Amino acid sequence: MIPQAFAYRRANSVAEAIAILQEDSGAKLLAGGHSLLPLMKMRLANPGTLVDISGVKELRGIQRVGDEIVIGALTTHADVAKHPLIRTHLPALAEAAARIGDLQVRNRGTIGGNLAHADPSSDLPAVALAYDARLTVMGPAGRDVLAAEDFFLGPMVTALPDGQVISSVAVPVPASNTRSAYVKCPHPASGYAVVGVAATVTVAADGTVEHARIGVTGAADCAYRAYQVEEALVGQTASLEIIRQAAQYAAEDGSIGSDVYASEEYRRHLCCVYTERVLRKVLL
Amino acid sequence: MSTVFGQVVKRREDPRFITGRGQYTDDVQLPGMLYAAILRSPHAHARIIGIDVEAAKRAPGVVAVYTGRDLAERMGSVPTAWIPPESDLKTPPHRALAVDKVRYVGDGVAMVIADTRYAARDALDLISVQYEVLPAVVNQVEAMENGAPVLHAEAPDNVAFHWQIGNATDEVFAQAEVVVRHTIRQQRLVPNPMEPRASVAQYNPATGELTVWVTSQNPHIHRFVLSGILGIPEHRLRVVATDVGGGFGAKIAVYPDEALVAFAAMDLGRPVKWTEDRREHFLVTTHGRDHVEELELAGTRDGRIQAIRVRAYANMGAYLSTAAPGVPTILFGLIVPGPYTIPYVGVDVYGVFTNTTPTDAYRGAGRPEATYLLERMVDLYAREIRMDPVEVRRRNLIPADEFPYHTPTGLEYDSGNYHLALSRALDMADYDGFRRKQQELRAQGRHVGVGVTTYVEICGLGPSQVAGAVGFQGGLWESSTVRVHPTGKVTVFTGSSPHGQGEETTFAQIVADKLGVLVEDVEVVHGDTARISMGWGTYGSRTTPVAGSALAVALDRVLEKARRIAAHMLEVSAEDVECEDGRFYAKGAKSRSVSFQDVALQAHLAWNLPQGVEPSLEAQAFYDPANFTYSFGTHICMVEVDTDTGDVRIDRYIAVDDCGRVINPMIAEGQVHGGIVQGIGQALWEGAVYDEQGQLVTGTLMDYAMPKARFFPNFETAFTETPSPHNPLGVKGIGETGTIAATPTVVNAVLDALAPFGVREIQMPLTPERVWRSIQEGGQRS
Amino acid sequence: MEGSKCAITLSVNGTSYTREVEARLLLVHFLRDELGLTGTHVGCDTSQCGACTVLLDGKAVKSCTVLAVQADGCEVTTIEGLGRIDKLHPVQEGFWEKHGLQCGFCTPGVIMTAAGLLNENPHPTEEEIREGLEGVICRCTGYQNIVRAIQYAADRTPEVEPEPAVEVAASAPTGGAQELTRQEGEDA
Repeated sequence: MIPQAFAYRRANSVAEAIAILQEDSGAKLLAGGHSLLPLMKMRLANPGTLVDISGVKELRGIQRVGDEIVIGALTTHADVAKHPLIRTHLPALAEAAARIGDLQVRNRGTIGGNLAHADPSSDLPAVALAYDARLTVMGPAGRDVLAAEDFFLGPMVTALPDGQVISSVAVPVPASNTRSAYVKCPHPASGYAVVGVAATVTVAADGTVEHARIGVTGAADCAYRAYQVEEALVGQTASLEIIRQAAQYAAEDGSIGSDVYASEEYRRHLCCVYTERVLRKVLL
Repeated sequence: MSTVFGQVVKRREDPRFITGRGQYTDDVQLPGMLYAAILRSPHAHARIIGIDVEAAKRAPGVVAVYTGRDLAERMGSVPTAWIPPESDLKTPPHRALAVDKVRYVGDGVAMVIADTRYAARDALDLISVQYEVLPAVVNQVEAMENGAPVLHAEAPDNVAFHWQIGNATDEVFAQAEVVVRHTIRQQRLVPNPMEPRASVAQYNPATGELTVWVTSQNPHIHRFVLSGILGIPEHRLRVVATDVGGGFGAKIAVYPDEALVAFAAMDLGRPVKWTEDRREHFLVTTHGRDHVEELELAGTRDGRIQAIRVRAYANMGAYLSTAAPGVPTILFGLIVPGPYTIPYVGVDVYGVFTNTTPTDAYRGAGRPEATYLLERMVDLYAREIRMDPVEVRRRNLIPADEFPYHTPTGLEYDSGNYHLALSRALDMADYDGFRRKQQELRAQGRHVGVGVTTYVEICGLGPSQVAGAVGFQGGLWESSTVRVHPTGKVTVFTGSSPHGQGEETTFAQIVADKLGVLVEDVEVVHGDTARISMGWGTYGSRTTPVAGSALAVALDRVLEKARRIAAHMLEVSAEDVECEDGRFYAKGAKSRSVSFQDVALQAHLAWNLPQGVEPSLEAQAFYDPANFTYSFGTHICMVEVDTDTGDVRIDRYIAVDDCGRVINPMIAEGQVHGGIVQGIGQALWEGAVYDEQGQLVTGTLMDYAMPKARFFPNFETAFTETPSPHNPLGVKGIGETGTIAATPTVVNAVLDALAPFGVREIQMPLTPERVWRSIQEGGQRS
Repeated sequence: MEGSKCAITLSVNGTSYTREVEARLLLVHFLRDELGLTGTHVGCDTSQCGACTVLLDGKAVKSCTVLAVQADGCEVTTIEGLGRIDKLHPVQEGFWEKHGLQCGFCTPGVIMTAAGLLNENPHPTEEEIREGLEGVICRCTGYQNIVRAIQYAADRTPEVEPEPAVEVAASAPTGGAQELTRQEGEDA
């Protein structure tokens, strides 16, 4: 499989990348290439121009800035998965990043590219929702911040305006009594999530759930927050019974899809099973 | 016997592969080489109204564009080479590029030749084809119904052939105490060797010589068939397939593609390369299995199987591939009684055309299908009569003292000790202990299960007389040439064509064993028609029993001549020469000896040879086996089912196989491992799925689930050794046993785990959803 | 459309090459067709099978999903450069010793993946090895002997120093290092 020909331009800064995107509406950004190149090889995507931003140093790295952990858009999944700040504060993100694709893919794929691509079966959107991540987006008019919750609109459709660049992903450092986890049912061939569920929960000293955010990926046309699960948990004292009841709502907030591997009915069922599993991890 | 035979010897083919120095077909680079790309039909069934190639011809780098019409008069049809007798087989023409009509998604429509891979690919997008789309049919049972779309005028009911064998009558079933009836589907699989198919062709117009490198399991068959399609004399055609990256049956067939590439190389006078991408592999390279089977088993209440009857509908796809008709007939029907003393057997097979990729041999080819249905039926029968499935097998296995054993289907099983393999496997598995533990776990709400398969396999495909009788349009003998060089080094030329099975090593072990030379001093040459006189290739677990035996015969001839020369050198008569570990001794005078190397040198110098002995030391054998040979064994699998999700986890897998004498246990074990994984692949993950329009839905490795490392535990393997009396080495095949045994073993284990839910059948592959659904629908816990 | 041509310079197995290539040229085709390094194979095209795996700056990547231009300025190691026949890399040695290959086609990619895995994790458990092989497909061996081969190589890799501690302070400009201890984050 061979991609169509394209013009190749290298950007050395975010500003330069934005300028190229402005002047060439057929241009697409190239970071790790692990979302875009497979589509191009199948000729399902045929951009006229690729803007290679992989050399933009300002987009790399993980650091703590105030109460947030800021991850440069070009940081690879492998680097996310093993970084001490992520492992310590954002274990669900570390877990999800460590299970994307495979070893080779994690060495190339980037967090920004993954989120911008918004594959409905990708792992990271679930985690981004559960952690209330914020995407910093740079455009000709300057920077903007988009909440993950407002970002995923449909299969490979996001709120990222044309001609703009995700520069980083910021995640609020969870409170000390917050726990988080990600569990996933991988597709046996692609490794993508048939269903993946990320949860962050905060439990008060008296054992009641103060706060819960559940992100579900794989099951629907795009990742979604399982609000009804969250509502069923908050204010309750965690128990297996409460978890089971709450998990029954796991498919209610997404428009659940069907394919040759898993029907809508089965996916709905898996949403509940995996939500229960992730909640057992963080609450019991 | 020296110690080389039966020992672990590291593979002699490995150094080139682990350092990246193999030479697979796509690695061939020739000066001035052009690249081919083939435009394929996006429709499963359509009439071609018109093709416009002008834009493609003008595209940068494009040298030529061909359509079916351009070639219709210049190339022959791609033939079928297996015509089962009395089956009324239809052989509609199979054009290298479709002329009027396309019959499956992937059918070739046009070929571009350009100066780079990239330019050839780009030009495909510039060809415009006007199609009139026709209704398609992908299911073989539906294809036989009245009013179904017709693929070929030659087969108005879409039936390609109808083949029957057996002695089971309605009366046998009417009188039986127990009759179990069942319908199963054995799904379609995609062979997926990791090396895609490829071909490179080079033509010298001055000499008329055409060289074709091709991913082939049988280069001489390729030469034979290609010479017919292309009209090039066989002695001007060289086919090379030295390093081939796996085949699993998919590289037996002669495809339109290699004929097209060869044609273009001749037409243009420049070398041409074509390599399929994985998507093309899914669409165009032959698929395997795809049966719908109606089954009946008759037996007594006390566990004696009396009859088995099968009506199978085999999906042949859009055209009959090279060996395809033999797969669901001869290789399937004859082995339906399996390892059991079943007196009545009936097999009735319809081969059916559909708008799908042609099917053909896939690892095991017919024998896995037969084993699967039989082992499933035995388990259902055991359940019906409330007997442990192992006990049912014990009561029906052919006893060791009844060999050679004649089946009602006309086979003669050469040798076996089926009970021994069964008891060895049961011991390894601690079967009784597992059954006790299963009860405990069930009480705790955990669902573990065990599956046990006892199987027998037809292997060592030959002899040629049988090949003729069953309609195979070729011989099934094998050739071997042993050339001893003046320094005593040995080159073996074998007509088999190994592509991963390790015969560069095991054949060297046979030589070392016979001649007493070092394994390192033997070179095994295969896969080149210019170097090897003739051969029928590697498939059907035949390489070791047939080609290995050819080698043994040739070695005996070399040894005989060497003995005469040695006798002359030692000044004794040939009868008075003893041979041991590469030295010839005068009987009773051990101090007087010459080495094999001394003899080799004298043979070539020829200064002083015994009267009537020709110079040189080389022998050739054309060995036609006395009969098939039959590997057998017992496989056991233990699984646990997650009833919340339907996930199946394989906890243990035990394989006891008997392939006669084992030449290299490491290689034999490796064959078993790989076979098991492929068999489990069918049971749990793999499946080619078409939608109703004939589009292959699972058409990439992102959708079609190949087994991966993390799906498996370590397998526990062992061998029993019951030599075959049919060949000089006492060997049988081991390449397909794992695939044959593993599929029913795992499925039966899962069904055993789910027995409390009343689950009797789950359609393969046993995806989590299907398992979960079967539990939902299986009824209450009993 | 007319694609860009780009001049690239990269090191492959220790030799520096400068070439002008089409921007869309895949790294695997650059290696095979431009440099004649045909040990790196193409098996699937969709980034599943891993037959094309090479080391890019020491990390295992699938060269069918990397453009040659993206490797500009990088160091590439292919199977041909990993070890010589008279001085094999421990992973190559393991594959030979433990019968980790049959047809040999996936082998270069599997070896390079294993080399990349051991670079990151010199002493993996069997489970980690099997997980590490997620990005390769072998149709022949059933994987068991591949696992043994990698274990063989790991057994011959000397114990290494524990990974150097990451400089937390340097990467946490506004928070304090003490922040790290405050949370009860658990690995999921």
